[in-house]
Amino acid sequence: MRISFPRMGYSYIAFKYLVENIGHDCVVPPEPSKKTLDLGVRYSPEFACIPFKILMGTYLEVAEMGADTIITSGGVGPCRAGYYWIMHQQILKELGIEMNIIGFEPPLHDLRDFWKKLKLVWKSGGVSYKEFVRVLQVAWEKLKAIDDLEQLSFHVRPYEVVRGETTRTLWKALEMLDQACTVADIAAARDEGARLLNLVTRDETRDPLRVGIIGEIYVVLEPSANHYLQIMLGEMGVSVDRSIYLTGYCGRNTIVTPEDDVFAMARPYLNEAPIGGHGVNSVGETVLYAKHGFDGVVQLAPFACIPEIVAKSIIPRISRELDIPVLTLFIDEQTGKAGVQTRIEAFIDLLEKRRERKRKGRGRLVV
Amino acid sequence: MATIGIPRTLAYFIYFPFWREFFASLGHNVVVSSPTSKAILDKGVKEAVNDACIPIKLYHGHVADLIGKVDYVFTPRLVSLRKFGEFGTETLCPKFLGLPDMLRASIDDLPPLIDTRVDLRQGRQELFRVCRDIGEMLGAARSDIRRAVAQAKRRQERFQRLLYQGVLPEQAIEAVFGGTLPSVNQGTPEFSVAVVGYPYVVYDPFVNVGLFGLLERENARVYTQEMLPARKMAAEARKLPKNMFWYFSNRALHGALYFMAQKYIDGIIHVTAFACGPDSMVDRMMELQAKQQGGIPFMSIMVDEHTGEAGIRTRVEAFLDMLRYRRQKHEN
Repeated sequence: MRISFPRMGYSYIAFKYLVENIGHDCVVPPEPSKKTLDLGVRYSPEFACIPFKILMGTYLEVAEMGADTIITSGGVGPCRAGYYWIMHQQILKELGIEMNIIGFEPPLHDLRDFWKKLKLVWKSGGVSYKEFVRVLQVAWEKLKAIDDLEQLSFHVRPYEVVRGETTRTLWKALEMLDQACTVADIAAARDEGARLLNLVTRDETRDPLRVGIIGEIYVVLEPSANHYLQIMLGEMGVSVDRSIYLTGYCGRNTIVTPEDDVFAMARPYLNEAPIGGHGVNSVGETVLYAKHGFDGVVQLAPFACIPEIVAKSIIPRISRELDIPVLTLFIDEQTGKAGVQTRIEAFIDLLEKRRERKRKGRGRLVV
Repeated sequence: MATIGIPRTLAYFIYFPFWREFFASLGHNVVVSSPTSKAILDKGVKEAVNDACIPIKLYHGHVADLIGKVDYVFTPRLVSLRKFGEFGTETLCPKFLGLPDMLRASIDDLPPLIDTRVDLRQGRQELFRVCRDIGEMLGAARSDIRRAVAQAKRRQERFQRLLYQGVLPEQAIEAVFGGTLPSVNQGTPEFSVAVVGYPYVVYDPFVNVGLFGLLERENARVYTQEMLPARKMAAEARKLPKNMFWYFSNRALHGALYFMAQKYIDGIIHVTAFACGPDSMVDRMMELQAKQQGGIPFMSIMVDEHTGEAGIRTRVEAFLDMLRYRRQKHEN
């Protein structure tokens, strides 16, 4: 089979390794571009959220590149994302494109279905069971290493003297990871990558603002969907803390759900969990960021995202009560980079003024 | 004795008889918010978060309308109404799940909300537990609650039977509380049109700017998914590769699938709200299924705050004209 998958941040490095080493051809999905989005928007329902549209475009692109199978995730609701693969399959069929979409549902909800799909992918590849498991383990290690390096880059970037050096170094480190094929190699590549990132020339006199990023997983994880917001913030001299990482998310949602602490934080404001997607997480994490003394929070969500709308209507109350500024960015196909940048710059200016006032002890700036 | 306010939207159209009877037999006074109007919509738009869909904004408006008139507002947290779907995880739209909290965060000077969690997929006893919690909160004795639930269930069943006979919810509500049913037009209708969608969009004449009246004047008989018993709907579920995750969406979709297979239905109209999340999936699914199942005429009407009567009228008339041409073509 020629397998492709949705692109989400840098995770494609690990998925590429996985697909190639279980005996299939891999079609690496291109980074979502204007063309991807145009294609997606043309064939998606008007009010589908932006991740749906980007994936639609990606699937059409990889179909052109020769993929015949797509592996993606399913879901049990109430977020729409769990229904994506069915809709994508139906729309592709309507367009006359032969594409087999395999949507993996959370295993604990339907073990048999999970096993059936897993077996299909495994058997058609022709590798032994032992090898299959080993490759899965290595891919998981890769995912973790990617997340580690990305996380480190968020803390290095605000100090960099030469603009863009951190991003370039991160790419170099990711390339090394791409080459690594065993658990030991990955550990070595990660250490080397971390060393390189730490070697980036820094200006330690800076005092970066600390901003938390919350919101819907896809637009938070995929840099091209949020107009490279995290890099943008870093280069403005802001230290970014991201609430969601793919490894954290997968680990939680496939086997167990120890999100209780976040849910407990959200409870005084939103007494129901889960409400789908990352709605409750957004509420709980805003509370956590406020308690950890962050300077501000940016909420990223696709336009018309149901759980994030619930969160958005509750967050102003938290913002008032816990005194933490929150900027909500709803992203759709009309959102432009300049628009995002202007709003972010204004928000950062506001945070800086606020911090200055606080330090001078003039108390709270009423917003 | 307290006065309890019930917003005249969302689940009102399908569960009002139950709750009115329940509160009344516990000796409380039930007040319903005024029918949806421009004033209520404006209130809702002012209070609710700007990205919300029109039904959620209307709900905020209806709750705001009750302020000052009641002691409690009944806004249960509707989580699920049955165990359904591939994983038994069917819920209502996430906005319903967070609705009481959205209200609290958005509206000032709210009277106390009765926001008991209704999660009926838990089991058969769940409905009684919900009623017991509400009853005890209002200070009723256990035996009174039991009696009230039994009465409420009977009232709801009568209401349900009327719906299955083809009565529209507003008329059925009036009928089960002592009113009379309006006489049915005995003439042969020119068309039979199925109108599917969420009850709070389909049955609220303000939201869909009088769609039903319009169809009636055009001599079309209207069918909706509320006229179908659960058994028939469940049979439709098997036609889909995977069911949706939301109660009202599943009902609308299964209803549409049922009507697509009926010979007497000439066309299907799906009424949907602007920027409705679940409907982005439901609407496309209906469209695809309509094509696959013999190409039955299908139209979706999107409503929002600015929908005007003229716009809807033009589209409905065009749709019916198309049905007429289609019929002539088939006859020749």
